[in-house]
Amino acid sequence: MPNNKKFTFTEAVNDALHIAMKKDKKMICYGLGVTDPKRVFSTTLNLKKKFGSNRVFDVPTSENALTGVSIGAALDGVRSVVTHQRLDFFLLAMDQLVNSAAKWYYMFGSQRSVPITIRLILGRGWGQGPTHSQNLQAWFNHIPGIKVVMPSFADDAKGLLLSSIFDPNPVIFLEHRWLHNTTAINKRHDYRIKIGKAKICKTGKHITILSMSYLTLEALKAAKYLYEKHKISAEVIDLRTIKPLDWQTIFRSIKKTKRLLVLDTGFTTGSVASEIIAKISIEKFNTLKSAPIRLAMPDVPEPTSPALTKNFYTRADDIVISVLKSLRINDKHVKLDFKQSGPADVPDPSFKGPF
Amino acid sequence: MVYSLKDRLYLKLYKNMYRIRSVEEEIAKRYNEGKMRCPTHLSIGQEAVPAAFSQLASQKDFAVSSHRGHAHYLSKGGNLKSMIAEIYGKKTGCSKGKGGSMHLIDLSVNFMGTSAIVGNSIPVGVGLGLSAKLKKSKQISFIFFGDGAVEEGVFYESINFATVKKLPVIFICENNLYSVYSPLSVRQPKGRSISKMVNAIGPKVLSCDGNDVIKVHKTINTAISKTRKGEGPFFLEFFTYRWLEHCGPNYDNDLGYRAQTEFNKWKRKEPINNLRKKIIKKFHKEIKNIEDEVNREIIKAFNFAEKSPFPSPADAHKGVYAK
Repeated sequence: MPNNKKFTFTEAVNDALHIAMKKDKKMICYGLGVTDPKRVFSTTLNLKKKFGSNRVFDVPTSENALTGVSIGAALDGVRSVVTHQRLDFFLLAMDQLVNSAAKWYYMFGSQRSVPITIRLILGRGWGQGPTHSQNLQAWFNHIPGIKVVMPSFADDAKGLLLSSIFDPNPVIFLEHRWLHNTTAINKRHDYRIKIGKAKICKTGKHITILSMSYLTLEALKAAKYLYEKHKISAEVIDLRTIKPLDWQTIFRSIKKTKRLLVLDTGFTTGSVASEIIAKISIEKFNTLKSAPIRLAMPDVPEPTSPALTKNFYTRADDIVISVLKSLRINDKHVKLDFKQSGPADVPDPSFKGPF
Repeated sequence: MVYSLKDRLYLKLYKNMYRIRSVEEEIAKRYNEGKMRCPTHLSIGQEAVPAAFSQLASQKDFAVSSHRGHAHYLSKGGNLKSMIAEIYGKKTGCSKGKGGSMHLIDLSVNFMGTSAIVGNSIPVGVGLGLSAKLKKSKQISFIFFGDGAVEEGVFYESINFATVKKLPVIFICENNLYSVYSPLSVRQPKGRSISKMVNAIGPKVLSCDGNDVIKVHKTINTAISKTRKGEGPFFLEFFTYRWLEHCGPNYDNDLGYRAQTEFNKWKRKEPINNLRKKIIKKFHKEIKNIEDEVNREIIKAFNFAEKSPFPSPADAHKGVYAK
């Protein structure tokens, strides 16, 4: 991959996998479709050609066992990157993730850790429906012993995937499907972004907006509008890592802005956003000037029809409206200003699914 | 006295079985003192399989096991003192008090761990086999589990993958007829042979009386020599019987979930005494020495565990993530 050129999120993931497999000659990469003609949205392109079918292979549809296999291989010093085309399929592997991967290091007295990276792709729109669209980062967040990474930008995806692969612990790496075609500058060949470090995407002084994954793009759109139309300067922080969370950056920001809005791509109840607000309420009770705001998915399964998902997702206008409301500012034109020309169930008009 | 190869083997098998039995009996004897404060699953009556395995696996081979794993840990060469200390919750335990009876490990002999969740360690063992194959290390990965694990989805997923990939894995099913207190009759259709069912998936399959240590030895030996030549994976089914309750130190025939006649039948097939009877005349003195030596070792291990310090409460919060 040539440096200092733009690359897409999928190319960033692919780039990181090539670098890691070259660096660690024992590392393996597998998952359903890893070597099929589509190569998991092109993220595993040329891996088999370059590193051979012993190290890069397609597998039976056995999510639970293949998670256990990665654990066993890891115990013998073989790192794995295991890929699932939707998070929802990985629910079949919760036993191996929770009872084995997350526990092994602790329950055997810290003797051998489990360096595995599990790539899970998150669906949204295009009729993904109830079981192809779940953002369950809160589930993983609940379990001690695993790390949860959730990048929003292509360059971060590369640096974070490399850090995940070379981390000695199990890492859940969540890729939002709506980010796959986004681009960033590919600065350097091999670079690492520390797991547990958030990124301040835009500094501001009136409100802190915490975000993750695809919603960071919406948050930045909202912040731009808020400033241009209302001179409200929002500080947008992309969490990048859900577990561990960068509390230092969060605390520092709310100390400055005294207001907080937390976005979450998952269901509202028990969300990561809820946890952030809980901790701030407990530990920084006097810091905030107004009640914190939480914008997450409603507590209903996601429906399929484009008609039903029309106003289902949090978009920039929802963020703007929430911010204005908390600042007691009235603007009836927000919805109109953000009125979309194209359909609401795709990231951009070029997206044609099928999944 | 000159010992033939067969004599030596018999004496070793006897020692392995006697040692495993005596450790379990000592745990049972002391359990009600309340110092071993964790769920403990004993395998009294099932010693033949681990004893034979012990003579055949190399130290470099991998092994994983289940909640009923003391015997597998010991037969792979796991340190006895560390195991007893672990059951006592001591700092000197093989998992530093974090795991207990159901989470045993001894990396110095590649005993890679045991799991409390039925079937849970099966794919982990397959992953160790995959690693061995990728590294061309000639190691075999042994996976111990019971008949209950065969009912878990992950068993099918794992043995299918091991077969597709032709991995050097030997699946060892100790079929003791019960999953906790539930008999096979409520869990699997009448007349099913687990071996025949697994055979259809594609691994090589062997089975035999799991209480006849000589037969078990022969069966495991065949599986190992073929797996070393790249002819794995193997699935081995051994029929055996758990004497005590599912979890804990007591006999439980009073509960009425199994017939006394069934119990008596298996007690007559007792693996240790059957071998003892065969060799006692010729090796009276050797057997006495073996028993004395093992008894001393066990007392030492319990003394070690009793005298070892507990971990500090602060240790509970350490070691969640590797650095």
